Amino acid sequence: MKSRGGMSEYVVRRRIVLGLFATAFVALVWRAVDLQVFNQDFLQNQGDARHLRVVTLAAHRGMILDRNGEPLAVSTPVDSVWANPQELATGREYWSALAKILQLDPDQMRRQLEARSEREFVYLKRHVDPTVAAQIRSLGAPGVALQREYRRYYPDGEVTAQVLGFTDVDDVGQEGLELAYEDWMRGESGAKRVIKDGKHSIIENVESIRPARPGRDLTLSIDRRIQYLAYRELKAAVQQHKARSGSVVVLDTTTGEILAMVNQPSYNPNNRSHLKPSQIRNRAVTDLFEPGSTLKAFTVACGLESGKYRPETQIDTTPGFYRVGSNLVRDVHNYGPLDVVGVIRKSSNVGSSKIALSLDKEMFWNKLHQLGFGTVSASGFPGEASGLLVNYRRWRIFEQATLSFGYGMSATPLQLAQAYGVLAADGEMRPASFLKLDKAPRGERVFSQRTAREMRLMLEEAVGPDGTAPAARVSGYRVGGKTGTVRKSIAGGYADNRYVSVFAGFAPSSKSRLAIAVMIDEPSNGDYYGGKVAAPVFSAVMAGALRLLNVAPDALEKPDVPTAQHVALGGQL
Amino acid sequence: MKDPGLLLPLLVLAVIASAIGVVYSKHLSRKQFVELQRLESDRDEMNIEWGQLQLEQSTVATHGRIEELARLHLKMTMPDPNVVVIVQP
Repeated sequence: MKSRGGMSEYVVRRRIVLGLFATAFVALVWRAVDLQVFNQDFLQNQGDARHLRVVTLAAHRGMILDRNGEPLAVSTPVDSVWANPQELATGREYWSALAKILQLDPDQMRRQLEARSEREFVYLKRHVDPTVAAQIRSLGAPGVALQREYRRYYPDGEVTAQVLGFTDVDDVGQEGLELAYEDWMRGESGAKRVIKDGKHSIIENVESIRPARPGRDLTLSIDRRIQYLAYRELKAAVQQHKARSGSVVVLDTTTGEILAMVNQPSYNPNNRSHLKPSQIRNRAVTDLFEPGSTLKAFTVACGLESGKYRPETQIDTTPGFYRVGSNLVRDVHNYGPLDVVGVIRKSSNVGSSKIALSLDKEMFWNKLHQLGFGTVSASGFPGEASGLLVNYRRWRIFEQATLSFGYGMSATPLQLAQAYGVLAADGEMRPASFLKLDKAPRGERVFSQRTAREMRLMLEEAVGPDGTAPAARVSGYRVGGKTGTVRKSIAGGYADNRYVSVFAGFAPSSKSRLAIAVMIDEPSNGDYYGGKVAAPVFSAVMAGALRLLNVAPDALEKPDVPTAQHVALGGQL
Repeated sequence: MKDPGLLLPLLVLAVIASAIGVVYSKHLSRKQFVELQRLESDRDEMNIEWGQLQLEQSTVATHGRIEELARLHLKMTMPDPNVVVIVQP
């Protein structure tokens, strides 16, 4: 009985154990199937999320180079300090040291971190010095890390400030050529997927999501040497004459390239903490002024082109004023009868009005339009002003007369330099360019070669001893140009004591290479005539630029230029 | 096929050998990858240094600074026009 009962008990026990095993086995199989089949995607993702990382491949912004390959703007890596507030909260003892190194107000930093305690990323300070970055690294505060970013540096500072513009904290162009060529210079950061180990070091590249594309370099037409020279001379003149502002534009007339463009007042683009909006403006392309007498060169050129005038044609400017409709055109003196050369040399308003009124309106307007007045130049500079040139259909007779001596219209210094470049380039207009060109673009003919050459000879007279601007001369070179002393228009008329001094010209006259326009706004230290204020700047910049570009002198026949023999002897003595 | 008793151990050995091969080539590829990472970061560092040197050169060679050094430090002046000899071809 006992043994039988024991046997049956054993069988039952065996069944129970087997049943339990079977249940456990089924449960295990089920769990395996559940994990491997039903939850596979979720688990795979979770696994990947723990060691697969997407890392960005930084791409820096292209450099801006001058025409000789010298850097004008360079992006260089700097470190930004960021923190994970949740992790940093565990190391409060580091906070005061951190604030000290970063030169932050400790209370403000604490408030900032506490306000963002739910986040995982907050910038503590962007773009710190390498020494600060090293200190942060050695401090080893929890949750604080450095991030590599790029910052733009401009070695020439204020000399190139307005032309180049600047970039913001993320190295995106905001002003000037930085803005205009943003797409060209911008680098596109890439991304790749990697496997990282527990120490956050990359152990395997999984795939490249997109390759990094570094920004392309931009080669400008600017010549750093001429740019500096022009800036130095302009700054000296603006200070000497206590002027409000000023601009100089230097053009290569054989190609239309802008070799220099400078403005006063300027700013340091590397430290923009005290920046005023008026300093950012590239006045050479945004600020309009009435070009005044500098426009007479084109009135006379149109007169020559019409065939009605020759350089020796007599024009009577007596008695020094001229009634046009109900208004009067006045000269400074009564110049009496002048030939056309004399109208330029003496800068006679009466003479140029008489020429303008005898011209066909449409032809006169067309020529001025072709010279680039009243239209935005091809330079592509952001915010460039077009200037005002009223359509000839709306001209009244007095407007036609005042236009001939540059009132009732407006232009930028760049437009003025470009128009004088046409006379210098034998009558052909080439679009202004900020970029270095491989070959000269085809010019568009505005004036005949003969007209341009005759005009150049006349404009040489204007800087001659009897002209309005002998101060514009450059020793060793034949120079031509025209002054302008423009009364500023104010509400209700023209101001009595506020002037714009202008000079525009070219050299060497026999085989032109450069055209320069100088504009100085409101000189207020006594002198205000273009011949006294703007012409000396023109002369100094022209002399230096011609020497830098190795342009051969074309006026060496003067007896006071020593021969090699004289100097050799002088050197021995 | 004639002697299945010998084939099985051979296959087992081949599998083990290939497994060790896989491990070894994986190891090599990791090593190469670490080397690649190091070289790439070297390259980036050098690029950065090159950019900084360029910037430094450009800053040191600023025309304003050169002019100041030449005029004040070295007492250089522009030659007077009448001592300049222009050699014409």
